[in-house]
Amino acid sequence: MKGIWSTVVACILTLALAFPVQAVQPDEVLDDPALESRARDISAGLRCLVCQNESIDESNASLARDLRLLVRERLVVGDTNEEVVDFIVDRYGEFVLLKPTTGGWNWLLWATGPALFLIALGVGAGYLRRRSPDNLADDRLNADEQKRLEELMQDDARG
Amino acid sequence: MITELGHFALILAFLVSLVQMVVPLIGAHKRWSGWMAVAEPAATAQFMLVGASFAALTYAFVVSDFSLNLVYLNSHSDKPMLYKISGVWGNHEGSMLLWVLILALFGAMAAWFGSNIPPTLRARVLAVQSSVSAAFYAFILFTSNPFDRLAVAPINGQDLNPLLQDPGLAFHPPFLYLGYVGLSICFSFAVAALIEGRVDAAWGRWVRPWTLAAWVFLTIGIALGSWWAYYELGWGGFWFWDPVENASFMPWLFAAALLHSSIVVEKREALKSWTILLAILAFGFSLIGTFIVRSGLLTSVHAFANDPVRGQFILYILLFFTGGALTLFAARANAMEAKGVFGTVSRESALVANNILLAVSSFVVFVGTMWPFVAEMLWDRKLSVGPPFFNMAFTPFMVVLGLLLPVGAMMSWKRGKFDRVLRSLTPAFALAIALMGLVWAMQTGRSLMGPIGVFLGTWLVAGAITDLISRTGQSRDLRRLFRLPRSDWGKAVAHSGFGVTMLGIAGLLAWQQEDIRVAQIGEPFTVGAFELVLNDVRRVQGPNYISTMGDVSVLRDGEEIALLNPEKRNYPVAQMPTTEAAIDYRFLRDIYVVIGDAQANGGWVMRTYIKPLTNWIWAGSILMALGGVLSLSDRRYRIAAGARKTATPVQQGVPAE
Repeated sequence: MKGIWSTVVACILTLALAFPVQAVQPDEVLDDPALESRARDISAGLRCLVCQNESIDESNASLARDLRLLVRERLVVGDTNEEVVDFIVDRYGEFVLLKPTTGGWNWLLWATGPALFLIALGVGAGYLRRRSPDNLADDRLNADEQKRLEELMQDDARG
Repeated sequence: MITELGHFALILAFLVSLVQMVVPLIGAHKRWSGWMAVAEPAATAQFMLVGASFAALTYAFVVSDFSLNLVYLNSHSDKPMLYKISGVWGNHEGSMLLWVLILALFGAMAAWFGSNIPPTLRARVLAVQSSVSAAFYAFILFTSNPFDRLAVAPINGQDLNPLLQDPGLAFHPPFLYLGYVGLSICFSFAVAALIEGRVDAAWGRWVRPWTLAAWVFLTIGIALGSWWAYYELGWGGFWFWDPVENASFMPWLFAAALLHSSIVVEKREALKSWTILLAILAFGFSLIGTFIVRSGLLTSVHAFANDPVRGQFILYILLFFTGGALTLFAARANAMEAKGVFGTVSRESALVANNILLAVSSFVVFVGTMWPFVAEMLWDRKLSVGPPFFNMAFTPFMVVLGLLLPVGAMMSWKRGKFDRVLRSLTPAFALAIALMGLVWAMQTGRSLMGPIGVFLGTWLVAGAITDLISRTGQSRDLRRLFRLPRSDWGKAVAHSGFGVTMLGIAGLLAWQQEDIRVAQIGEPFTVGAFELVLNDVRRVQGPNYISTMGDVSVLRDGEEIALLNPEKRNYPVAQMPTTEAAIDYRFLRDIYVVIGDAQANGGWVMRTYIKPLTNWIWAGSILMALGGVLSLSDRRYRIAAGARKTATPVQQGVPAE
């Protein structure tokens, strides 16, 4: 909990004090468009650490700018996308990843959707089968009821 | 003096709510009609009292009474009148007061329009509704009192957060609350039905208009918020998967599911216990949303009031109502025997599929939203779950929903015929495939997002039109379209709205163009098919801010098509800058211009985006809301109240189609 609180405080401070530079600045943009587009892809998946819920690509904070420059630096040196991300995660921890890994218990997070969907499908299919007319024997008359009905009909016929 | 009256009225409302919570419930149990009759005047009184209290607070904001702590913290005498008024709910305490005002309003409306509901059920509904109100009155009075005075009144206030000083955001919370709180009535109906131990077609019919209304308000509220984010945050995103956005999105998904399952209850008397469960969950998730926003548990752009005491209080409210209702549900759900029988291929099955997709996708959003908290609590891992996760885990459900919807919507009740429906939908399908092929051929790049979005959007819209035309029967006489029940129109309009929103999202995400540069004054530059010139940058004095405003001409083929004024504002009192993007809204695309900082060696940073189909996102939302309103105005809801009085208290009565 404490971590969250300090983040909140940090955010309020950044908002209040720092005059923000805006997102990606012209001087950050790399000359090679292919490299730049890779940089943008990577930045969109990295969280700005002092912001609430923004990627470094969107953020105005100066720390986000430092990270954007760092990403580009690594790309220019020749790192692959994965290497760049690993480099940043090594330094700042997995908190920077907007797309959580599947490691540890995180597989549970990723499996939630598909698993729930399969369970729901199973339950739904079961329900539908129970409601289908072929299986609702209850609606038909049982032997006693049939007999009683016939009696009544005969009574009726006799008048 | 007026402030104290307002405070007093709120305390009185709390006391009235306690009476309304207890007396009618006992009355309904013992069949004492006098005790049951207390509910109605009490609901009206509650509404009047909270209304008076809210009016008193609004008055304090309007006259800038800085002896009130809340006004001091959130207002300023220079603030424009609109924002003085919207400032009432632009903070935690005031927004809670708006919340209970709406809660009381819905309670009172249930009392006023509920004359056709059997007296015991009505008494119970109003009592349950009042218990929710009572919890929130207590919350306000004990932890977040908006009427706290300051010992010494300051000369002037601290101003409202400048981001909130915006017309879009002035109306975003009221609509959202109307939606959130509107679901409380469905919750009250569900719990009352559980106490009563009976759910029938009539119950489905009573609940549906409230669900529809709540869903319509939620749709408008969410769309307003997303539109605000688009033009205010400076880079034109419309959805961020922020915890608080998710908090409003989960109840919306559940309300959409409830909306559809209550049709099955109303028409076919099946899915009863599931519908009750959905009603509980929909409001439960509204409460979870309130908890997320106001506890500071999760970091978010929106969170206000990060006070652990308040968070705990709301957590108890949440646990009591959701937990209590679910316990009651577990005890009583078996009593609700389903009646309707239907084949596996039928409208009923299609609606079950709809419910599965909406409910599961909503749970995915829920798990994703809570995961960082869970991971930190259980494994001490600090991690983030952001847009990339939600885009991957949530979107597939919407794609499947979009694929199935037109087929399911045309399926007949009880026993449908797959091949017949598919045959009548062939033209719609062919059109969607053709358009998909067209954009696939036209676009540069190999992204599948655009073509898939176009396919789904077209398929949904064309499918909705096909459905409407098929309702005219064999004659294909289009004049009959205007004699169709409004709910048919509502269905078609809302479903095509869903398609239009999908088109907009796909267009924006797949084909957006971006340009970031240092623009020199007077030097034109090209973005896509357009030429832009920064003519001038001026300093403009606003009512409570100073603005740096650019004059930007947009030209196409040498002809000026728009003059845009992007701004950077600084609010000296709040000490906060904001960016005001300038947007040229057009049918097929927006041009979105943002001005940044001046550069040392001359020129200004400028960001230009061309955003195809973006308006369609909100046009689609408006269509969805309009569809809801059309359904709500359907004849069978309008006449039900009058017609019911003459008839004996009807228990079922499946409406004639």
